[in-house]
Amino acid sequence: MDDWISLLGSHLPEFFQGFKITIRITLVGLGIGAALGLPAAVLRVYGGKWIRTIALAYIELFRGTPILAQLFLVYYGLPDMGIILPRMGAAYLALGLNSGAYQAEYFRGAIQAIGGGQMMAARSIGMSRIKAIRHIILPQALRLVIPPWSNEPISLMKASAVVYLIAVPDLMTKGKQLIAQYYYSPIVVYLIVAVFYLVLVLSLTWILNRVRTRLEIPGLDVETR
Amino acid sequence: MAETIVRVEDLHKVYGETEVLKGISFDVKEKDNVVVIGPSGTGKSTLLRCINLLTKADSGKIWLDDQDITDPEVNEDEVRQHIGMVFQDFLLFNHLTALKNVEIGLTKVLGKTEGEAREKALHELERVGLGDKADLYPGQLSGGQKQRVAIARSLAMNPRVMLFDEPTSALDPELIGEVLEVMKKLALEGMTMIVVTHEIGFAKEVSDRIIFMEGGVIVEEGPPAELFYSPKHERTSEFLWKITELYGEHDKNG
Repeated sequence: MDDWISLLGSHLPEFFQGFKITIRITLVGLGIGAALGLPAAVLRVYGGKWIRTIALAYIELFRGTPILAQLFLVYYGLPDMGIILPRMGAAYLALGLNSGAYQAEYFRGAIQAIGGGQMMAARSIGMSRIKAIRHIILPQALRLVIPPWSNEPISLMKASAVVYLIAVPDLMTKGKQLIAQYYYSPIVVYLIVAVFYLVLVLSLTWILNRVRTRLEIPGLDVETR
Repeated sequence: MAETIVRVEDLHKVYGETEVLKGISFDVKEKDNVVVIGPSGTGKSTLLRCINLLTKADSGKIWLDDQDITDPEVNEDEVRQHIGMVFQDFLLFNHLTALKNVEIGLTKVLGKTEGEAREKALHELERVGLGDKADLYPGQLSGGQKQRVAIARSLAMNPRVMLFDEPTSALDPELIGEVLEVMKKLALEGMTMIVVTHEIGFAKEVSDRIIFMEGGVIVEEGPPAELFYSPKHERTSEFLWKITELYGEHDKNG
């Protein structure tokens, strides 16, 4: 226990630096993921045959391959095509592409749960498909998606530890650097890192619950299922 | 001679192997209240969906006023603004209050300002007797209230004709009356209506004309008195007798 406290005490600033990087890449990855995943889901459900196929290909490709391979392809592979990204950029992009594929599936599930009836009702008062998606389908789907989608920030945040392998100075990397120094007690360092991740996960869960409650509409979840 | 609002001419629709509509033709004049009856699965709902272009007919023509709305060049969204549709399962927008359900077509389709839309929407809610429920969400309304909001949502668009697709079939018996009352009131106000229903009492009392459909064709049509008391076809009287019994219309002549 003394080990813990003295180690944590003397290296708190480093842990916090890593902690901040982990939060940053998670949030940016989530943002890019949402920006990719929502359109991918809409196109997957409402697009024509070709567009649906393209959306499906993206989703299956990035859900079906390891995130580590995706990260390496972005960081070491893209330079061959003349696209050179800094470490952070590569981390954002790889996490974003990966998360987008998963988020697309959450969004698609919610859109389909809303059902064709809502679209039909919207069309019946003269709305175009695009307006119906924007004003009727998405406002409901985005509320419905929150509970299942809440898994994504959590799993992305944990998965973000892979960026250690391209030396992005995140929480995991900081831990590894400290282990080089405290080679005799690596477990303590790993445990501290784990606690930081856990705190982050619990805070995220709490925030997402708050968001869900605030957006709640009486009977919405019951009505649409 | 009243103006023709809807004209349906030789409408055909096939789903897979089944021909659901086998050449349907009829006219609906201004202020007409036409009730379509017939056994389930005879294409009544398909007919309504074809009329407001939610389903594409395979062949045949439909006119709204003087416009051929089956013309592929036609702007379907524009056409649907003029055709109200009330569904069996209400299909209110569940994330919006009763008021916003009625408003949204006005703001997002007709481009009215919030203020104008609100005023009109409140007026329509009052028309269906729900002025005091404006701020409730669909989840907080009874089935009958939901259906009345759905009617108000359609009315707000000032449609040329209102289509009702079994509007009371999903309701508990004690809630049917309030919806039929609203529909009756609309009919008296001169709304042009095409109503698919099994409510034989409504058909008898309110409609100007009953169309009896079976197996994708119109078997017989005419004023209620004629169909009820001197039908030309055996099948018509059989069916009317059966649903009169089922839906508890206590008419000794029925």
